[in-house]
Amino acid sequence: MGIKAERVKEILGSEKFKNLVKKRVTVSVTLTIIMLIVYFSFILSIAFFKEFLSIKIGEHLTLGLPIGIGIIIFAWLLTGYYIRWANQNYDKAVRELRNEVLEK
Amino acid sequence: METIQTTLGQVNIASIIIFFSFVAVTLGITYWAAKKTKTTSEFYAADRSISGFQNGLALSGDYMSAASFLGIAGMVSLKGYDGLIYSIGFLVGWPIVMFLIAEPLRNLGKFTFADVVAYRLKQKPVRIASSVGSLMTIVFYLIAQMVGAGSLVNILFGFPYEIAIIIVGLVMIAYVLFGGMLATTWVQIIKAVLLLSGATFLVIMTLAQFGMNPLALFEAAANKYSDAVLSPGGFVTNPWDAISLGIALILGTAGLPHILMRFFTVPDAKQARKSVFVATGFIGYFYILTFFIGFGAMVLVGQNVVSSFDKGGNMAALLLAESVGGQFFLGFIAAVAFATILAVVAGLTLSGASTLSHDLYVNVIKKGKTDEAGEVKVARVATLIIGALAIFLGLIFKGQNVAFMVGLAFAIAASANFPSLVLSILWKKFTTKGAVASIITGSCLAVILIILSPTVWVDIFKNPEAIFGLKNPAIISMTASFLMGIIVSLLSDEKSALEKFEDEKLRTYLGIGAE
Repeated sequence: MGIKAERVKEILGSEKFKNLVKKRVTVSVTLTIIMLIVYFSFILSIAFFKEFLSIKIGEHLTLGLPIGIGIIIFAWLLTGYYIRWANQNYDKAVRELRNEVLEK
Repeated sequence: METIQTTLGQVNIASIIIFFSFVAVTLGITYWAAKKTKTTSEFYAADRSISGFQNGLALSGDYMSAASFLGIAGMVSLKGYDGLIYSIGFLVGWPIVMFLIAEPLRNLGKFTFADVVAYRLKQKPVRIASSVGSLMTIVFYLIAQMVGAGSLVNILFGFPYEIAIIIVGLVMIAYVLFGGMLATTWVQIIKAVLLLSGATFLVIMTLAQFGMNPLALFEAAANKYSDAVLSPGGFVTNPWDAISLGIALILGTAGLPHILMRFFTVPDAKQARKSVFVATGFIGYFYILTFFIGFGAMVLVGQNVVSSFDKGGNMAALLLAESVGGQFFLGFIAAVAFATILAVVAGLTLSGASTLSHDLYVNVIKKGKTDEAGEVKVARVATLIIGALAIFLGLIFKGQNVAFMVGLAFAIAASANFPSLVLSILWKKFTTKGAVASIITGSCLAVILIILSPTVWVDIFKNPEAIFGLKNPAIISMTASFLMGIIVSLLSDEKSALEKFEDEKLRTYLGIGAE
């Protein structure tokens, strides 16, 4: 790669890089957990509280319908949120660190 | 009893013309792609030339199989709300792919996900183990698709089953053999566009009969049957079963080799990320459409008619198409469903071929020492092997109940491929022995438990009672796979793997050195 080994060590040990990795892992894991909680709450409410999803919100319409379709839309919006975070924050930090590594 | 006039099962000229035009256009693309497919990077990864948006469409093409189109629409038409539970499970795997897998995978890997698992571990044992996981997932998925293709074409066009299998097999081999990933990607994109526009049109035509008001459609369904179609019903009887199925659906998505392979076709991690956003949007939209299609068939075709053609309701979307759009539209949707199967098996075959050639032949047998031209040749031979295997399996499984095989493929993907991939990306102390133990435990347990489960032990072997109570084994097999991976890694020291983890971070997080 043409990068000196000491330089790599220095970058890997730098606060900036450590923070970046920490932030990235935190965001990824938090969003994953949010998605899993939403999904499994839905599955568990089907298993244990069918009545909740069967609550009428119209003459025939049930609460389960907007909730089900809502989860699909929510999942997509969550990927959109992640993209925005990554494009605005993560990529910028990655660019700076990359330049530091590759310049010297 | 309700009856309906249908031409389903007769030779439909429109359908045959549309299907063969699809084949002609895609073979034309294959011819164009063949000229650009000479190196390994071109064959396996379309020379990383696919944009994020294009790859997003191709990913959704890979994922929206005929089973999910016809199967979920059918399930909704017969069971109402319960069908939605499947769609949601299939969809929410995608955000997980994005948050945990897509970018590290793109940065660390070259052509297959085993590249990532084996990155800092010993090549030979890890490649062999992950090839077992990959090939099992691919073969079970392929069998389900091929048998589905044969029966579908038989019902739709009146062709004999065997002829359908051979047509699908040969066309799909042609795409992959000559056009590699570039042709396969464009086949997926065209198919995705056809399927999305066909389904959109079907929903518009259906809603037109209800004054374009979706609520009126649901109300009509409730009036015709009962309010129960709009509430969760008997789908979940055992909560553990529901959780286990949920795990298989969402984490299995993150372990499907043909899906993971797509991330190597884009230039960088940013495009990989974008492609998941695009794919999640299209797939989510598609599942919402299938929900409306299912209710449309329930009201306009009727549950008795739908189940008289196929007990599982697989013909619901097609019957609805004929009811709202006539014979020509039926032909169009039928041709799209056939094209869908063709595209999905092409993606599976390419990913199976890359496992055989890149993981097993090049990295295990030749220890990484082959020249470009040699590897492309091997990859093409591997394509012929997997393609021939697909045709052979399609023929011998004729008439068998293979519905459980998709569930099995997802269970293996969630239990063998996903844990090793996540542990290798996130966990410093992961070792070669840990990876092998995790993959072998996950894949063996998934297979054994599904054989002992009600799906196979009772439904296929006709035993009175299942030995293992859950229909899907993922909750046990995935947990065991993670535990074995962690315990064995902690018991075995691997200094080189530990050291490389730090260097690997430069590539995982910054993309420095990524291919």
